Amino acid sequence: MARMPVQFRLNGSDRAVFVEPAETLLGTIRRGLGDFAPKFGCGQGTCGVCTVLVDGEPRLGCLTLSVTCEGRSIETASGLADGPTLHPLQAAFMEHFAAQCGFCTPGMLMAAKALLDRNPNPTRVEVVEAIAGNVCRCTGYEPIINAILAAAQQRGVRRA
Amino acid sequence: MLEFRKDLFADERDDNLNVIGKGEQRQDMLGHVTGRTRFFDDHGFDGLLHLKVVRSPHHHARIRSIDVTAAERAPGVKRVIRGQDVPLNKNTLLSLIDFGKDDEPTLAVDKVRYKGEPIVAIIADSEAEALAAVKLVRVSYDPLPTVFDVQEALKPGAVVVNETYPGNYFEYHDKYDHQKLRFGDVEAAFRTADHVLEERYQMSPIEHASTETNGTIAAPETNNRYVVHSCAQGLFFSLGTTAKILALESNRLHFIGGTVGGGFGGKVDSLTEPLAVLGAILTGRPVRYVLGREEEMQFASPRGAERHVIKDGVMRDGRIVARQITSYFDAGAYTRLTSYGVVKCVAHMPGPYTIPNVRGDAYCVFTNRVPATAMRGFGVTGVDFSIEVQMDKLAHLVGIDPMEFRILNAYRDGDMKAHRRVAHNTALIECVQVVAEKVNWPLSETARRASSLSGGGGARAAIPPTVTDESGRIGRPETRQAPPQLTPGAAPLPAYQPPPAVTVYQPPPAHQPAAPLPNYPSQPAAAAPLPAPAPPVPNAPATPQHGAARFSSVFTRRR
Repeated sequence: MARMPVQFRLNGSDRAVFVEPAETLLGTIRRGLGDFAPKFGCGQGTCGVCTVLVDGEPRLGCLTLSVTCEGRSIETASGLADGPTLHPLQAAFMEHFAAQCGFCTPGMLMAAKALLDRNPNPTRVEVVEAIAGNVCRCTGYEPIINAILAAAQQRGVRRA
Repeated sequence: MLEFRKDLFADERDDNLNVIGKGEQRQDMLGHVTGRTRFFDDHGFDGLLHLKVVRSPHHHARIRSIDVTAAERAPGVKRVIRGQDVPLNKNTLLSLIDFGKDDEPTLAVDKVRYKGEPIVAIIADSEAEALAAVKLVRVSYDPLPTVFDVQEALKPGAVVVNETYPGNYFEYHDKYDHQKLRFGDVEAAFRTADHVLEERYQMSPIEHASTETNGTIAAPETNNRYVVHSCAQGLFFSLGTTAKILALESNRLHFIGGTVGGGFGGKVDSLTEPLAVLGAILTGRPVRYVLGREEEMQFASPRGAERHVIKDGVMRDGRIVARQITSYFDAGAYTRLTSYGVVKCVAHMPGPYTIPNVRGDAYCVFTNRVPATAMRGFGVTGVDFSIEVQMDKLAHLVGIDPMEFRILNAYRDGDMKAHRRVAHNTALIECVQVVAEKVNWPLSETARRASSLSGGGGARAAIPPTVTDESGRIGRPETRQAPPQLTPGAAPLPAYQPPPAVTVYQPPPAHQPAAPLPNYPSQPAAAAPLPAPAPPVPNAPATPQHGAARFSSVFTRRR
C-alpha cells in the first residue's frame, strides 16, 4: 500500500514522516521518529504504557492512527523536561519512588500531565481516575498517586 | 552463620554501612522519569526485520507435515526458520548447571506438546508482513489424546506428554521420580494423635503480566559477533542458553540488558533470544522478536499450578505431632524451572514449624499445559498458602486461637528442620507477636513471652528414628500409584509418646568455601531405627563445580 506523508509537531519540533495507512502513532513515534519514551505493552488499549498527549489530551498511541494526527501537537515524556530542569511531575516521581521498573512511567507521566494541565488542583479521586487506564505491575499505585498530588501542590506553591 | 569478612577488599570499599535509615536515590530513576531508560525494544536499527512464530493450535498432536512454500513467497518475507535450522534443537534451561535432560525444542519438529508451542519462525520486513505470512504456513496435525491433570498424568498408562520423561515426571538424578522427605514416623504419630485432618489445596497457574512483553533484538556486529538487546532477567544465563542452542562460542554474543520492564520470574526462560540471534545469523540483518500481549498471556510461561494434599495429626493441647504433604507441581509440557521449584518446596516442608514427624513427597509432573517457570518464590508460595490455611483449620479444630496456635508450633533457634538443617535466625514467633500487636489481637501472657531465641534445640534438635523399608530405603512412592484419599479425622487415641531422640545435631564447621550444600537427604538408612546420624556432610564434588553450584541444594552434580 502506498505510504502517506504526515506532518505534526512532536515535543515542540515540526516533524514530517511517511507512514503506512494502518500505522499507529506509537509505531511512528518509536520506529519512525526514534522517540522511544512511549512504550508498547498490549497493542489493545488496555495498559496505557503508550499514553501520549495529542493537542493536550491523553491518547493511547497504540490505538491512534498516525494519519489522524496531521497538523496536531504531540507530547511524550521525552519532552517533559526543559533541558536539565525537570518538570515538577518528574521531580515528584523521583522523590516519591513512583517508579520501579520504569516501563509504565512515561505513560503515567503523560496521563498525569494531562490532568494537571486542565485541573491544577486535583483531588485524590481525580488523580486515581486520571491514571485509571495506566497499568503498573511493580510499585503499586500509591507512590504514583502521592507523587502526582505532590507535584500539583508544588506547582500551586510556585504559582502563588 | 553468616560472617562478614571486612578484612577482604577493605581498601576497595567504603565500609561505613551507613545508608540504612536515609533516603537514597536510585541510579536508574532519572532515566525512568525522562523516558530515556533504554529497554530492549528501545533501540533503533536500519533495516530492522521482524520475527513472528507459527504456534500450535493443538494441546497435543503429531506433526504430519509442514508446508512453508506460500509463506516463503509472501511479500516482505526474508527467511523462514524451521526446527532443522536450529543447530541444537533440544535444550533444558538448567542444563547449564547440569540439572535435568534436554527436553524442549526451540521449534517443534515431530510433535507439539502444548497449545501455542512454536513450530516455524517467519522473518519479514514488517511485523504486519510477518504476521500475514504466519497465516500462510500449512501444518498438518494428527491430534493426540491430552492430559491436563497432574494426578491423571502420573497414573500408569497415562498419555506420554514429553518422551524425554516417559513417566510424565521429572527424573531427579536420572532415577528418582519425585523428591522425598522423611523425618520420624508419621504413621505412628497419626495413630496416637487426638485429631487427624486431611485437606487438599490447589492453585491455578498465574501469569506474571509484566507491562513489557518478552522480546529480543539481535543484530550482527562488524567483529563477527552479534549484539543482543535482551529482556532477560538472568542476562548471562540467557547468553549461555543461546550459545548452547546455536552452538556458538559465547564470546560471539554481546548481550546488553539488565533493564527489564517487569519480570517477576517471567523473563528467565530465554523464550526469544535464540530465535532472534539465529534470525540475525541467517539474514545478516537486525532481527526483532517480541511477543504480543496475547502470546505473552497465553503461551509465555506462567507460575505453574500446584496441588498439595496435607494430612496433619494434632493433640488436644495444640501440638502438631505429624504432617504429611503430597505435592504435585504442574510443569506443563517441558521442565524449564519447575524441577527446581519442587526442590525448594520440599526444603520448605513442613513450613516454619517444628513438627517431630514429617513425610513429604513432591512431584514435578508433565501435562499438556503451557510450560511453567519461575515466579516470585515459586515452589514455596503455593505450599505456604496451603500450610497456613491448614494451620487455621487445625487451630479451629482444637479450639485454640490461630495466632497462639502458630506461636505454640513455631520453630525456634536450634530446632532440627525436617530436611535436616538446624533452624537459625528464626523469627516466626516475633512476627506473629508484632502482627497481633498491630491489629490489637489479644495474646495470652505465655504467647507474648514466647521467643524464638529460647526453648529451641535440645530434644528438638534431634533427628528422630526414620521409617525405612525392607531394603533400607525410605520407601517407594506409594502415592503415585494410588493418590491419597481424603480420610475423616481419626479417632482419638491414648496420649502422645514423642519418638525417642537419637542424637543431637552437631553443626558443621562454620566456614566452608566452595562446598556444595548437601542434597536432600538421600541417606541410605541401614535399618530402622537409625544409627546415630552424622551431621549432614556435603557431598564431595567429583570434579570442580560450576560457580552457581555453590548456592543451592539443587545444584548437586548428577551421577
